[in-house]
Amino acid sequence: MLRDITLGQYYRTESVIHSLDPRVKLVATFAFIVSLFVANNFIGYVIAALFLAMVIYLSKVPPKFIFRGMKTIFFLLLLTMVFNLFLTPGTPIVSVWKFTITQEGLKMAAMMAVRLVFLITGSSLMTLTTTPNHLTDGLERLLRPLRLFKVPVHEISMMMSIALRFIPILMEETDKIMKAQMARGADFESGSLIKRAKSLVPLLVPLFISAFRRANDLAMAMEARCYKGGDGRTKMKPLIYEKRDRLAYLVIILYLVLIVVMGRILF
Amino acid sequence: MSIILDHVNYIYDEDTAMAHAALIDVCLNIPDGQFVGLIGHTGSGKSTLIQHMNGLEKPTSGCVFYDGKDINDSDYDKKSLRAKVGLVFQYPEHQLFETDCFKDVCFGPKNLGLPQKEVELRAYEALKQVGFDDEYFYQSPFDLSGGQKRRVAIAGVLAMKPEVLILDEPTAGLDPKGREDILNLISKLHEEMGITIILVSHSMDDVANYVQRIIVMNKGRVAFDDEPKEVFKHYKELEEIGLAAPQVTYVMQELHEAGFPVDTDVTTLEDAKNEILKAFGKC
Repeated sequence: MLRDITLGQYYRTESVIHSLDPRVKLVATFAFIVSLFVANNFIGYVIAALFLAMVIYLSKVPPKFIFRGMKTIFFLLLLTMVFNLFLTPGTPIVSVWKFTITQEGLKMAAMMAVRLVFLITGSSLMTLTTTPNHLTDGLERLLRPLRLFKVPVHEISMMMSIALRFIPILMEETDKIMKAQMARGADFESGSLIKRAKSLVPLLVPLFISAFRRANDLAMAMEARCYKGGDGRTKMKPLIYEKRDRLAYLVIILYLVLIVVMGRILF
Repeated sequence: MSIILDHVNYIYDEDTAMAHAALIDVCLNIPDGQFVGLIGHTGSGKSTLIQHMNGLEKPTSGCVFYDGKDINDSDYDKKSLRAKVGLVFQYPEHQLFETDCFKDVCFGPKNLGLPQKEVELRAYEALKQVGFDDEYFYQSPFDLSGGQKRRVAIAGVLAMKPEVLILDEPTAGLDPKGREDILNLISKLHEEMGITIILVSHSMDDVANYVQRIIVMNKGRVAFDDEPKEVFKHYKELEEIGLAAPQVTYVMQELHEAGFPVDTDVTTLEDAKNEILKAFGKC
């Protein structure tokens, strides 16, 4: 059940996308998200879909695995669609009682749905093909200029990498505690909303305790290895751009240009 | 009330690159009242196996029967199964959550929908069974020592009055005294209440003194399944799969090779002592 959440999980395999510099992937994901909001016509989304399909194909991550994560945002997706469908003013199509579906609303709802699905797919593709360590390494490098403004870039990225690192561990822990409580007759799936919320107590209390215990242990282990923040810290594997990374940047720029140009030509 | 596993296979993360078989064609029959040791190296599939026995995991193929009924039938009542087949997980103290020990033990029977009086009676009995002192009943479980916490956790499962009790490495992380206490407690439960016990461990020395039957798991398959002394005869094969026979077996084997007329089948320290004394003509 918990295995279904793919957001923030790394899928181990070897592919061009996996071996790209994390900075490229971060920039690409950002560019892709921007492009989703720049694109405002059908052709734009077709291009975005093609781009996404190409990256998925190159990444060798089974599509089934990527879309499994979609189940978790299904509710959010539905909510967004419903709101857009009923609350966008414009030419009415159907009207039931106080609710009116407009042409614009229909278009907006479809667009938002596509945007959301692409956004989640794009960003989960990044986390699926990049290890958390790589990801935060990349982020740290990209944000380095902010140090000029006294932003603790290293500390932030360290916190992020620890948080990401612990997602699978806590997930596993949740699974284990859930099973242990189920073995004692706990029921997490049926009953009213209040009853179900209450049934989470036997799960959350041990989970929090274990999280604090792990945090404590980790802090000790880091101190035992003389960790004292980012100053003067060097990397074992510094990030260096290679040919394929430059090529990837080129592809991203081409993609962005294409999206923008398409928007201009049609409108 | 026996547990029967019929050609059970289980594959983790099926359809992904991480797919790997945790159980391969496992066939077992565990009759009522037996004290079984389930032994295997880390990752041999023993934890996965026991989760199949109370329906927490569903086999990819094959069937699990409890009391003659397939537990994975859609109309099978899993909750009542979990009351009958009690499972104590590894480090069970990590699942304690209530404000005091007594309430935590009440959690299991309460989930069974029993009346409050019955719940409290069972919790009291269970805590007594594990030898827990009255004075700690209303203390927070988080203030207790590791061994005491574990007793509370085991009581939490016992309070459901299981017919079969499965314990996953109940002695992990305890000091020698704590280990022996827990193992003696388990064997007492078996003798006095006649419940079936499946004890998961990777230490032969732990189980050799107590169990009637040993099942050895290796890479998802059942490697050996026999009485302890028969299993220990394969001590060389056991070593190959990263396990070892009890120390006693080695001593007796070497004595035997050195020409002393000792019985190499003995498994407990007590029997070995008598054998050796006999061989030296002192008994």
